[in-house]
Amino acid sequence: MSLERFISEAICPWMKKEGPDSDIVLSSRIRLARNLKDYIFPTLASKNEAESVIQTIEKGIKDQTYSTIGNFELLYMDALKPNEKRVFVEKHLISPHLAEQSRYGAVLLNNDESVSIMINEEDHIRIQCLFPGFQLREALTLANGIDDWIEQRVDYAFDEHRGYLTSCPTNVGTGLRASVMMHLPALVLTKQMSRIIPAINQLGLVVRGIYGEGTEAQGNIFQISNQMTLGKSEEDIIEDLHSVVMQLIQQERVARKTLYDSLKVQLEDRIFRSYGVLANSRIISSKEAAKCLSDVRLGIDLGLIKGLSQSILNELMILTQPGFLQQYSGESLDPDERDIKRAALIRERLKLENNA
Amino acid sequence: MYCQECHERPATLHFTKILNGKKMEFHICEHCAKEKGEFIPGSNTFSIHQLLSGLLHGDPYFSDNTSSEFIQPSLKCERCGMTYYQFAKVGRFGCSNCYDVFDPKLDPILKRVHGGNTRHAGKIPLRIGNHLQEKRRLETLKQEMQQYVMQEEFEKAAEIRDQIRNIEKRIQKGKGE
Repeated sequence: MSLERFISEAICPWMKKEGPDSDIVLSSRIRLARNLKDYIFPTLASKNEAESVIQTIEKGIKDQTYSTIGNFELLYMDALKPNEKRVFVEKHLISPHLAEQSRYGAVLLNNDESVSIMINEEDHIRIQCLFPGFQLREALTLANGIDDWIEQRVDYAFDEHRGYLTSCPTNVGTGLRASVMMHLPALVLTKQMSRIIPAINQLGLVVRGIYGEGTEAQGNIFQISNQMTLGKSEEDIIEDLHSVVMQLIQQERVARKTLYDSLKVQLEDRIFRSYGVLANSRIISSKEAAKCLSDVRLGIDLGLIKGLSQSILNELMILTQPGFLQQYSGESLDPDERDIKRAALIRERLKLENNA
Repeated sequence: MYCQECHERPATLHFTKILNGKKMEFHICEHCAKEKGEFIPGSNTFSIHQLLSGLLHGDPYFSDNTSSEFIQPSLKCERCGMTYYQFAKVGRFGCSNCYDVFDPKLDPILKRVHGGNTRHAGKIPLRIGNHLQEKRRLETLKQEMQQYVMQEEFEKAAEIRDQIRNIEKRIQKGKGE
């Protein structure tokens, strides 16, 4: 398969659209956790119960379309190959938990992969909406709409005082996790991030790396999300996160301008060195690739590198993950082979860009 | 033994994975386990659940005596079989009924996790929660009325009182039918 076609199939269609503030905010995500009233939660459910949860949901939603987002396709985890599941995880369409630990896990995906509904994850239903750029409110509106649509068809576990009942007490109430993926290279370069993270934590928000809990912030990409789900309305949760993200965007812009004004040559040197590494290396680890991609993306945003598309960071951060590399080469690879393949893929991708 | 991924650090995670009857052994360091994002049990599962379960164990019932399971046999969910002891261990409920059964012990836990909050203030499902939405509206109106009374703005308070009466009437009527 040609690289061009592989990429176009690999990258979720929603990612190709440009969103507001997309020079800094890569994507916005809303997740709602819901459970069915009459079934034991997936972590304790027997095989029969787990199966009938899928059937109940499938019966409710099958052959129905929800306004603008098109049809859903149901995929059973058991029917997927391990690497296929891994690719879904790398695309953020399913969680590692669903891929590895769920029994009778399944996912409903819409055409452009902007909506995924996980079934039998930690909770019976997890609705996820992904938007490009900074569009938390839009994502919440869509998630709420889908939630109402599902609620017409199945009975949710809901309690007047505790709200939506979830398997884990950290999700009870709204069951809402809102998160924003941000590229903050200038705040990292100017060593402000280590000061900012504790401040954000104090506001009840969490800062994580790109692949969630416990992961490092590879490529200066940070995921900021709410911690509390109980006691505040969905709108308030979103507004709190929104205002913090707005401030981060402003601070990042100021830091970028300061760097550009006072250290332009040094910055240019760093960016073009990284470009050189990406364009020429024969072996590259995911960590080094992430660092260089971050530099190059900053160069594009600052207008120092011309003729490269902005989406290159988002795209290559995902394409150079182990699952994708294996999918692309059609075989399983050990870490050394991956580093070679990764370097080749990046070189080819940059060539595509130059020809275009 | 060195880590089979980086060959630099000593392997600290040793485990056996049996997949489709095939046995595989892994020896890796914690750093690689996390970084590679391999879905290795124990590597990235030190998560909120473990922290949470720590919090739950902070319950004085448990810190005072370890055999509390026998002393407090009453807290067991009849529907899914989950005991409070198990819940404290895994940090997850077994079913929606567990919330009712463990209710007397939940407030302190939820407070710790949700910044002091114990009650839902967000969305109410449209279909099953119709009457709840009216109830929620009544509660906020009553609070508003109290405020006006405190500020001695009795005219405004009376207006809200009328609104409250209307809603209450509507609910009564709904029940009568």
